Amino acid sequence: MTKKSDTASSADAGAGGKFLVLSPGLSMIGTQLVAILMAFIVGAIILKMTGYSPLEAYGAMLRGAFGDVYGIGQTFTQATPIIFTALAFLFAFKSGLFNIGAEGQFLVGALAAALVGISFNGLPAFLHVPLALLAGALAGGLWGFIPALLKTKFGAHEVITTMMLSYVALYLTGYMVNYPFKAPGWVAQTVPIAPSAELPRILPPTQLSASIFVAGLLTIGIQYVLRKTAFGFEIRATGLNPNAAQNAGIDVDRRLILALVVSGAIAGLGGSGEILGVHRRFIEAFSPGYGWDGLAVALVGGNNPYGALLAAVLFGALRSGGMVMTRATGVPLDIIFLLRALVILFVAAPTLIRSLLRRGGLRW
Amino acid sequence: MTPAVDLRGITKAFPGVLANIDIHFSAEEGEIHGLLGENGAGKTVLMSILYGLYRPDEGKILVKGEEVAMDSPAKAMRLGIGMVHQHFMLVPSLTVAENIILGREPKKKGVLLDENKMLEQVRAFCELYRLDVDLEAPVYTLSVGVQQRVEILKALYRGADILILDEPTAVLTPPEVEELFRAVRALKDEGKTVIFISHKLREVLAICDRITVLKRGRVVGTVDADKTDLGQLAEMMVGREIVYTFDMEPCEAETTVLSVEGLEATDDRGLPALRGVELRVCASEIVGLAGVEGNGQTELVEVLMGLRRATGGRILLGESDITTTPPDERIKAGISHIPEDRHKWGLIEGFTVLENLILGSHRNPRFTGRGGSIDFKEATKYSEELVRDYSIQTPNINTPAGHLSGGTQQRLIVAREFSRQPRLIIASQPTRGLDIGATEYVRGKLVEMRDRGSAVLLVSADLDEIWALSDRIAVIYEGRIVSFKDPEETNEQELGLLMASGKVD
Repeated sequence: MTKKSDTASSADAGAGGKFLVLSPGLSMIGTQLVAILMAFIVGAIILKMTGYSPLEAYGAMLRGAFGDVYGIGQTFTQATPIIFTALAFLFAFKSGLFNIGAEGQFLVGALAAALVGISFNGLPAFLHVPLALLAGALAGGLWGFIPALLKTKFGAHEVITTMMLSYVALYLTGYMVNYPFKAPGWVAQTVPIAPSAELPRILPPTQLSASIFVAGLLTIGIQYVLRKTAFGFEIRATGLNPNAAQNAGIDVDRRLILALVVSGAIAGLGGSGEILGVHRRFIEAFSPGYGWDGLAVALVGGNNPYGALLAAVLFGALRSGGMVMTRATGVPLDIIFLLRALVILFVAAPTLIRSLLRRGGLRW
Repeated sequence: MTPAVDLRGITKAFPGVLANIDIHFSAEEGEIHGLLGENGAGKTVLMSILYGLYRPDEGKILVKGEEVAMDSPAKAMRLGIGMVHQHFMLVPSLTVAENIILGREPKKKGVLLDENKMLEQVRAFCELYRLDVDLEAPVYTLSVGVQQRVEILKALYRGADILILDEPTAVLTPPEVEELFRAVRALKDEGKTVIFISHKLREVLAICDRITVLKRGRVVGTVDADKTDLGQLAEMMVGREIVYTFDMEPCEAETTVLSVEGLEATDDRGLPALRGVELRVCASEIVGLAGVEGNGQTELVEVLMGLRRATGGRILLGESDITTTPPDERIKAGISHIPEDRHKWGLIEGFTVLENLILGSHRNPRFTGRGGSIDFKEATKYSEELVRDYSIQTPNINTPAGHLSGGTQQRLIVAREFSRQPRLIIASQPTRGLDIGATEYVRGKLVEMRDRGSAVLLVSADLDEIWALSDRIAVIYEGRIVSFKDPEETNEQELGLLMASGKVD
């Protein structure tokens, strides 16, 4: 009886197994695309109901985002910082941690890069730029290390500590540029960084900078680390089942700390790229919430580095295309925020439904 | 007299496991009926069926003589059945009284909570059953024992006259156990039926009128508490039914692989769990660790693997002291482990078969070079070999381990652990929950490893298993090894007594 049911169930696993082996990636992409499509459909209905032509609005948006070189430049400029923060969220998430403090890590990284950019005048660019980026990554990493330590030593939940440290970072950097490092004048900002620390702009007149290359390389690198290295293997093991990971000799606490430090460093690197490539100085509260966007983008990207990259481009396109849409059709910019919210909503909902189904199924 | 509950021929299967097989169980009105068995024997499943959480595949449920279709806990409650789970279901921020009346609040004018009436009602209950609780204290301020009392009150308030207590003493301290027993006796005096689930022999013997023993999903028998003793119960609970025999070369235990000297450790609550364990396992030897669950086996295995700190004594692997060596070093030094709970400790269900097979040896130079990258070509070759050698039934090596059946998952763990050519194997309940085919496979492999020179420490709640495989049997009782026996020169009676009381009277 048992024997029979055993072979039957493994035969099931055989048939279902093959399907499932192929499908997680594909079905994930499918789900995300359907969710995005749904968001645009609902957005169209709302546009129609408020008296605008959805086709015209979306057309203008598309033209604005991808219609010409300028639009493409703007789209990728907007996408760049979000790629970093999304990767930051994703990396910690793979270890089972919820780092919602990318905003803070982004800001301290940006300030550190700016300070290095201001100092060391006379350094050649091929040293100055990497040094500034490194400083940003280190500062972000430190901002990730604090909550990691608080978690592993004292059990403080990282959702609370990373979020709270974001506010600390916001006000700390604000203080720095209002007092010790304030440039002369009315604005709370530092003096410009030395030209030798600037990341080149690659598509003038847009602000698109070489930071996008860093983002692209990082995306590939993170996918590689997670999928191909022993360290990434351990990070994923820790995230999926910390007990079994520990039993296999993996020092789970150390992996958690490293994951959050790397996560913070990624966000910090993103902040540095913004300073060295776009703003060329640290301006108080210059981030319109890139850290928070990263969380949503990682979600929309299905917690896959390449997915996050694509989702970041989508979010960037919404921002840059939205401006053009508003100018060309008079549709208020709010529709962009509505669309973003709808995308997140639809992406989150099927995940929720699927996970409920899965749990229900596993619980016999 | 019609029994309060009568279960007839209950059978329940879960994927890969038969949890209950043709179970007949009945409890009289005003009776304290013990349901005894090791973890995984099917006690909780049976009671969950009675409480409407699971539907049986076969069999009938009669409550007070009437056949009922028990399709939900709500239905069970309406029929007067209450269940207190191992994990309490209370709202921590509400007071005791609020928790008790939750869902059945006395109202005034239809909407308002009638607080006075509430307190009055609940107080009357407490007095009736002599359960002493501060009704206005928030639940989170209460000790575990008191919270359990609140759960019992809650069930009674809902009109339960048949009360199922699932391992009620597992979380209690000895004085709390005494109080619980007083309360249970008071319930009996009021004519309530209590079903007391436990794996602790002494407790069921002390509190119950009758005891039904389950083993591997079947009823072994029902006995009157005053006509039985610890030895008989232990024998029923873990005793032999089927004899597996293995052709084992006589062992010449000469080289000591593992020696444990005066090992001490505490459990999760900080209470002493190991009180000076002395143990020696030699190469080409299987030492079976027999004992009723909860006598320190789990802690011993965790300390040996480096997952729990020793508070005293030392562990030697060969000549070297590994008492404070981290887990990964111990694995490298040649210790393999088949954990008790394979889902929790043994494998990562979201990982593929390949990833699970290299888990733990993924840092081995064979798979990971200096650069830190895993050589997946090599890992694939290795995994395919193991899948073939250990006949792991999987569509391919990229199938998530969570999709495999229980027996196949265990094969995967066995393959991973045994292919490392371990010096020492710690096998913890290696066949629990497996069907006969998988069970025999795992046992055969253990013997094979022993014949090839590994030292094996077999921790099992199944005396048959210990009997069939061990060269020596060590009996653990209250955190100490109380006796070593040659399986040829002992019998169930003697082992039962040792396991139940630590001595042979």
